[in-house]
Amino acid sequence: MKKNSVQNVGFFALFLCIASTIIFLGLIIYFISARGIQVISWEFLTQGPRMGMTQGGIAPAIVGTFYLTMGAILFALPLGLACAIYLCEYYPKGIIGHIIRISINNLAGVPSVVFGLFGFAVFVKFFGFGVSILSGSLTLGILILPLIISSSQEALSAVPQSIREASLSLGATKWGTIKNIVLPTALPGILTGVILSIGRAAGETAPILFTAAAFYTHGYPRSVFSEVMALPYHIYALMTEGTHPDKQTAIAYGCSLVLLFMVLLISGIAIFIRQRQRGLNG
Amino acid sequence: MDNKVEIKVEKVNFFYGKIHALKNINLDIYKNQVTAIIGPSGCGKSTFIRLLNRMHEMVTNTRVTGEILFNGWDITDPSIDAVEIRKRIGMVFQKPNPFPKSIFENISYGLKVNGIKNKPFIENKVEWALKKAALWEEVKNRLSDSALRLSGGQQQRLCIARCLAVESEVILFDEPCASLDPISTAKIEELILELKKDYTIVIVTHNMQQAARVSDHTAFFLMGELIEFGKTQDIFTKPYDVKTEAYITGRFG
Amino acid sequence: MKEKLYTWIFTVLAFSSLLFLIGIIIVLFKEGLPIFKHVRVLELLLGRDWYPTYSTPEFGILPLILASVWVTAGAILVCVPLGVGSALYLHELAGYKQRAILKPLIELLASIPSVVYGFFGMVILTPFLQSFFHLPTGLCALNASLVLGIMATPTVCSLSDDALNYVPKAFREASFAVGASRWQTLTQVVIPAAGSGISTAVILGMSRAIGETMTVLMVAGGAAVIPHSFLEPVRPMTAAIAAEMGEAPMGGLHYHALFAIALILFLTTFIFNIIAEIISRRFRIKLGLSG
Repeated sequence: MKKNSVQNVGFFALFLCIASTIIFLGLIIYFISARGIQVISWEFLTQGPRMGMTQGGIAPAIVGTFYLTMGAILFALPLGLACAIYLCEYYPKGIIGHIIRISINNLAGVPSVVFGLFGFAVFVKFFGFGVSILSGSLTLGILILPLIISSSQEALSAVPQSIREASLSLGATKWGTIKNIVLPTALPGILTGVILSIGRAAGETAPILFTAAAFYTHGYPRSVFSEVMALPYHIYALMTEGTHPDKQTAIAYGCSLVLLFMVLLISGIAIFIRQRQRGLNG
Repeated sequence: MDNKVEIKVEKVNFFYGKIHALKNINLDIYKNQVTAIIGPSGCGKSTFIRLLNRMHEMVTNTRVTGEILFNGWDITDPSIDAVEIRKRIGMVFQKPNPFPKSIFENISYGLKVNGIKNKPFIENKVEWALKKAALWEEVKNRLSDSALRLSGGQQQRLCIARCLAVESEVILFDEPCASLDPISTAKIEELILELKKDYTIVIVTHNMQQAARVSDHTAFFLMGELIEFGKTQDIFTKPYDVKTEAYITGRFG
Repeated sequence: MKEKLYTWIFTVLAFSSLLFLIGIIIVLFKEGLPIFKHVRVLELLLGRDWYPTYSTPEFGILPLILASVWVTAGAILVCVPLGVGSALYLHELAGYKQRAILKPLIELLASIPSVVYGFFGMVILTPFLQSFFHLPTGLCALNASLVLGIMATPTVCSLSDDALNYVPKAFREASFAVGASRWQTLTQVVIPAAGSGISTAVILGMSRAIGETMTVLMVAGGAAVIPHSFLEPVRPMTAAIAAEMGEAPMGGLHYHALFAIALILFLTTFIFNIIAEIISRRFRIKLGLSG
């Protein structure tokens, strides 16, 4: 009897843990959706801010986030994929593979604000790109690099060894095998990783704080050397700068909902695809 | 019988790290004949066959000594491109391993990677290879279907056809029927007997009846050593070594 | 020839992570070390006054370090029970169907951007804490701990769940076979076997909490004083960097001091990550999985 009552209490405690986790996170989404939806309109999504950030929309921030994210992927995907191919297909021996793996793990653990400082010192100042889309994209690109590498690695190692052997035994070269057999087979997995990274890059604020973001720009960015508005930074700036806290908070709700919706949608797609993929692979 | 040697294996030793996996192997593989390699699991038979087209390079930290002569080349010579060897010596694996592509693309893959772009030529070659592998009648109306939708036996014949399309001279079979049912197995064996008219064949098998049915010569491996090599008939009726006799009469393995 | 070229290209590109990591270390040292020409290491680390913009500036970062420690410790108190408890529920109690929904849901929640958490803390939690505890401001260490804790929960949960899944089924079956209940099996066999894997999850969650910037910048209150209670405003290291970098004149003492803080932050998370790596390697070897 006693054995069972301890067990029941324990299991109930575990249930409370997961229930409160889901409830807390659900509350966040609920509050932001409930109040954010009130300010969202076609105008809000398609026009720039007006009247000292108290009216108008957030279109330039949406566009800015799009540019920054695309730039980050363009930079990180080739590098990350090459790195994953090297680790999975070229079997680096002993110490070299070890060093690369350790650096990837540690890069993944670097605080995002440190990436921001690095981007500021190197891209903004040293290379002289200034506070710009270019500097911000490169900084975000380095941040998502470990994510791209690890998801590409997962996708590549799910390709059965037997079809690599089949290709080689037919006289294909190593690169021919990778290009014609391994990459096409791993493509869905690699894309999933890319989509997840887009979600991550779109939501990051600290790395673009000193490298790309501006509270207000007149119109849309003209070149990669322009500074940009970005959704996550816009939320932060609306809450901490400016002179009309009440009106700005309302806009920040709308902005948060847009960002939350974008990120959850993007990540949701990626997680859904990955779930199915893992199911298929056993 | 016309016994022309196609591949000559001389004093071959093979190491995985510190493990001495093959010990001083000497063996002749005859042209247009079937050579079977038998022995219990872990005896080195798969390792041996993979040496013949350098597939052992898939694993790192290995070392080969001795010579494997093929058409005047030494296959073990690292300065010879493994790709060139594999074009001439094809391989069919334990489990059918079609590419996740269409049937047509599977067969034409070897031609494509060897730089052939002539479309009518490729189409003819695909048909020829599928006919040769006795698969044409079953798939001729669905060449663009995924190869993964074929049955296990069909997939294995597809893999054989894929090998034939690149015009190999030698085909290595690494336990090709290990994952197949008896009917599919019979079809593959029939095919092997048919193919030996044009190809030299080496087959690794743990199934002694299969070795007896399809091969002209048999080599018995045990613990990395070649215990006995000779005409299949002789090996199965009057083995020279007591260990061979013990194995083929089923006393261990 | 072409093959060699590709091998070479991949090898070179594979070192990009190492290159960036070294780049970060170089930048942090190069821009951070000059502060020590003016302030001794111990003075910086243990100084109680952070007045970087005064005419005779003071660069004591003890208040910032303590703020980070307090906030992180508070966050751990939230995310470890919730995260590990949720993982145990997923592992032990959730059926196949529940798991198929909850596991991806938690992964999805892990992707909510930190600025959204910070925003939530500012607009919902702050007024609540203020009226509940009768505080002058709801922006305080407790607020930051709560938000950060909730934020780190999905990460801790996912990693712990992975660790639990590594425990061989045979362990559980052996325990059931001698008549142990599910709860006894869980607490006396499964949790000890997954223990080091779970502690890796906790360390990585901690590392993430220390380095988290936007939430603490928005809800911790920002006062650079030594904290005495969870209900006071504090300024953790990451918040100081993010808030002050924009105003610090390039190449000035303040600028170098902020890089020195970033260096300390980097080394801390670096050490945490290395420890997590070592523990998880031992864990996998212990369970007979390849290192």
